[in-house]
Amino acid sequence: MNNFQYSRAADVADAIRLLTADPGAKLIAGGTNLIDLMKENVERPSRLIDISRLPLRNVEETDDGGLRIGALVPNSDLAYHPLIEQRYPLLASAVLAGASAQLRNMASVGGNLMQRTRCGYFYDTATPCNKRSPGSGCSAIHGLNRNHAILGTSASCIATNPSDMSVALAALGALVHMAGPSGARTTALTDFHRLPGDTPHIDTNLGAGEMITAVELPPHGFSHNYSYLKVRDRLSYAFALVSVAAALELDGNTISEARVALGGVAHKPWRSLEAESALRGQPATADQFSRAADLLLQGASTSSHNGFKIELARRTIVRTLTQAASATPQSQAHKKIA
Amino acid sequence: MADVTHQIPEPIPIDLVVNGVRRTLDLVPWTTLLDALRDHLQLTGTKKGCDHGQCGACTVLVNGRRVNSCLTLAVMKDGAEITTVEGLASDGTLHPLQQAFIDHDAFQCGYCTPGQICSAAGLLAEGHAKDADQIRELMSGNLCRCGAYPNIVAAIQQAMGRP
Repeated sequence: MNNFQYSRAADVADAIRLLTADPGAKLIAGGTNLIDLMKENVERPSRLIDISRLPLRNVEETDDGGLRIGALVPNSDLAYHPLIEQRYPLLASAVLAGASAQLRNMASVGGNLMQRTRCGYFYDTATPCNKRSPGSGCSAIHGLNRNHAILGTSASCIATNPSDMSVALAALGALVHMAGPSGARTTALTDFHRLPGDTPHIDTNLGAGEMITAVELPPHGFSHNYSYLKVRDRLSYAFALVSVAAALELDGNTISEARVALGGVAHKPWRSLEAESALRGQPATADQFSRAADLLLQGASTSSHNGFKIELARRTIVRTLTQAASATPQSQAHKKIA
Repeated sequence: MADVTHQIPEPIPIDLVVNGVRRTLDLVPWTTLLDALRDHLQLTGTKKGCDHGQCGACTVLVNGRRVNSCLTLAVMKDGAEITTVEGLASDGTLHPLQQAFIDHDAFQCGYCTPGQICSAAGLLAEGHAKDADQIRELMSGNLCRCGAYPNIVAAIQQAMGRP
């Protein structure tokens, strides 16, 4: 690790002041991704601003019946929080599908949104990478790209966002609250992460000097008909090849509301409003789920080693929606896929 | 990325309560909790495996919660209570997990064992594992390259009082 200065922020305003004063500074909370990247010499902050003691650890009900989750709530506390388990089990399930128990004890909600890609070339400082070193080229496009994106890619970058939590948050229509030098603002989670375009080094729309303060869940939790299914090379403790968060509202066997978000296939959690709209008013059948999968995967483009992801994603979408419709969500402990 | 010459910071004084004993250290900020334990406090029971949070050999309890000490900066834990494998036995009596690992031969080379046992202690305190599948899933952050997994699960079941 390169050396760096260390500051402990006294409050949110102090964190923003410290961040604004030093363009090379980074915030640290759980540190599970940042310290790893610093050991790899990928991240080289001049200063770490420790925000881990700030009072952003509450899960509170909002006036409209939703929940506001502080940015520093650890992933494990989120997944096992009674209100999350009862009202937003899709989110609890997705969080438990990610990382390990130790990492979930450390990692924060805000940090989960800020985690960087697990593309091997991003980590390997001996190779070109437009995300790590803008303009140097992309080693993955003609390299080992089995794990890489098939949707929303660019000629500059085919990296994926590794988060499970964000996939569920995208499906649930979560909001991200931020504070910065010019005050507080809020954005939809689906607008927080960016597609790579020709600026893949910029992962999110968080501005200079800004920090995440909370994530807000709208009232509707889809607690009856949901499932999070993550397909990966090992059953535990691996990043997704494809993951699907599905949430349905059913009137008998007719779909009145549908949400589907994909992980492991793009630079951000992937939703298609067209696919969700096509499901509304239709019967909850495999044929309809298959049509939705086609719409979600419209425009998919593969690289030399990840062509299998299109069919894998199609099948995973249908399977996850089927699990959601039958109220038999995927267990993250008992691995058999029903 | 432009070369940046950083001013080397002064060591920062911190207090840790390690296995019930208050320890005061002066550490530069990039010292991980793992290196603080091993190199500054000579508590070498906690192992450095991958040093990247992938293997779990460095697992310790911080304020009762299991974490990867290799991805933890010691300065960020100023004031915390740390329990390592050296702190589990009391008055010459092994912790039930230590005894269970012996009873079930839950290791071969032993390098992952301190991390496995500390992780299992965290798992028992969390109380979310009710059956063998759940133990396997919630212990997935601890790798055993000798492949003692079935015996590790059996040992944890014994310590849970589920023979």
